[in-house]
Amino acid sequence: MKNKKIITRRKAIIAGLTSMGGLFLAGCAKPLPPNYGNILRMGDNLTYVAHRALLPGQSLAKEYNYRDISSFPAVGTINPADSSKPSFSEAYARFQKNAFADWALSIEGSVARPGSLSLADLQKFPSHTHITRHTCEEGWTAIAQWTGVPLSTILQHVGILPGARFINFYAYDGYMDSIDLLDAFHPQTILAYGMNGRDLPIPHGAPVRLRVENQIGYKSMKYLQRIVITDEFVDMGDIGWAWYTGI
Amino acid sequence: MIQQTVNAESLRHKRWVRASHGIITLSFFALVFTGVEMIMVHPRFYWGEVGNDLTPVLFELPVSRNYQHGGWEKSIPFSEATDGPVSAARTYDIFNQNGWGRSLHFLAGWFLLVPGLIYFITGIFTGHFRKHLWPQAKEFSFRLFWNDIINHLRLQIPPATNGPQYGLLQKCSYVMVIFFLMPVIVMTGMTMSPAITAAHPFLLKLFFGAQSARTIHLFTSIVLALFLIVHVIMVIKSGFKKQIRAMTIGK
Repeated sequence: MKNKKIITRRKAIIAGLTSMGGLFLAGCAKPLPPNYGNILRMGDNLTYVAHRALLPGQSLAKEYNYRDISSFPAVGTINPADSSKPSFSEAYARFQKNAFADWALSIEGSVARPGSLSLADLQKFPSHTHITRHTCEEGWTAIAQWTGVPLSTILQHVGILPGARFINFYAYDGYMDSIDLLDAFHPQTILAYGMNGRDLPIPHGAPVRLRVENQIGYKSMKYLQRIVITDEFVDMGDIGWAWYTGI
Repeated sequence: MIQQTVNAESLRHKRWVRASHGIITLSFFALVFTGVEMIMVHPRFYWGEVGNDLTPVLFELPVSRNYQHGGWEKSIPFSEATDGPVSAARTYDIFNQNGWGRSLHFLAGWFLLVPGLIYFITGIFTGHFRKHLWPQAKEFSFRLFWNDIINHLRLQIPPATNGPQYGLLQKCSYVMVIFFLMPVIVMTGMTMSPAITAAHPFLLKLFFGAQSARTIHLFTSIVLALFLIVHVIMVIKSGFKKQIRAMTIGK
């Protein structure tokens, strides 16, 4: 007579896999961007949920020394004041002429105290500086020093409401993108106005750009115009590029 | 007599082996396809943490119109130092299909990672690796290994057995793929991820930096592709029909 096992190997494997599924449920409770019935976007969402479930959310990206700072290509939009390009913005060209003295970042949506902050206002907040590696989706990397105000400081300043889930960024070059609250409150997520010890140069997003160090470079939007805090995901359609790019 | 039947039956490829083999094969094709697409976007390779069009290159592959393109505006230095870091803007549109390329690469990556982990764990706990893949001490000698290589080079391949009864060279190459090349390619892939390296910075130390990881990822994928070519030649030489049946329907 064979010994009857209470826990068979098969049962152990199934139990193990099921409990792994439980880990992912925690991620599913969060609002997900729409997948448009597109299998690639389903894969992106799976990666997003898995990263949120399996990685510690607030771990810091590696920081480097001053001597590690490297050359840094400027790609994508390099100047919204260039009237020959589709990214041209008349308003931005005016600000640029005036050295961004009358530029202001509007903050609105699910916040207690909406308003706008000038460059001088932003520079009055305690500043944060870090030297990090920028990873471009194209495959290259570059190291630079960024100085700015943590996004969390600004979000606390305007007082985001309990229903808020996404921070949406609108830029003068016509781009719009969003991040979730975990990345928004990450200590290295800053609104940068300085690069390598100087004012942020125009090709790199002057006067103020976003830095999201835990994602690929294109999430770090340049030429910020407006920040809108929303309870729901703002659907821009399937632009063909992943929304979450921690990988 | 009964004992023999049982043995012959148990030495077919197991269902979990056939299933993971099939899924991983398909994901490998998708990964190579999108990997080549990504190389075409930036065919330059570097060593260390940093590498871009404005820094020295280790080597550059002559693929796509992005190869050695000189479409850069005049460099602007970040500081007064003459040999310090610079910035420059592109003057032309590069080839870039990474929107779907990256998403498909990572989707296919899940189909490598999850069945791969299940295969790995099942292989350990069922004794599959110990019984069928790991070369036994008594069968391993350099003379036998050398003879096996010579026989393979002469294309003298033993006929298919329909199951996991492998030759010495075959065992060694499978062990190499499962325990070395696959872990290296998955981990170097993860070393290129900003979120994963923030959580697990040891990856950057292990592979000497993000760009070194990318270069190692390329070389590992080349070795895996060469393995696949040899693997397919061996399948053909040892009895194509029989082998395909054995690895799919298990008969």
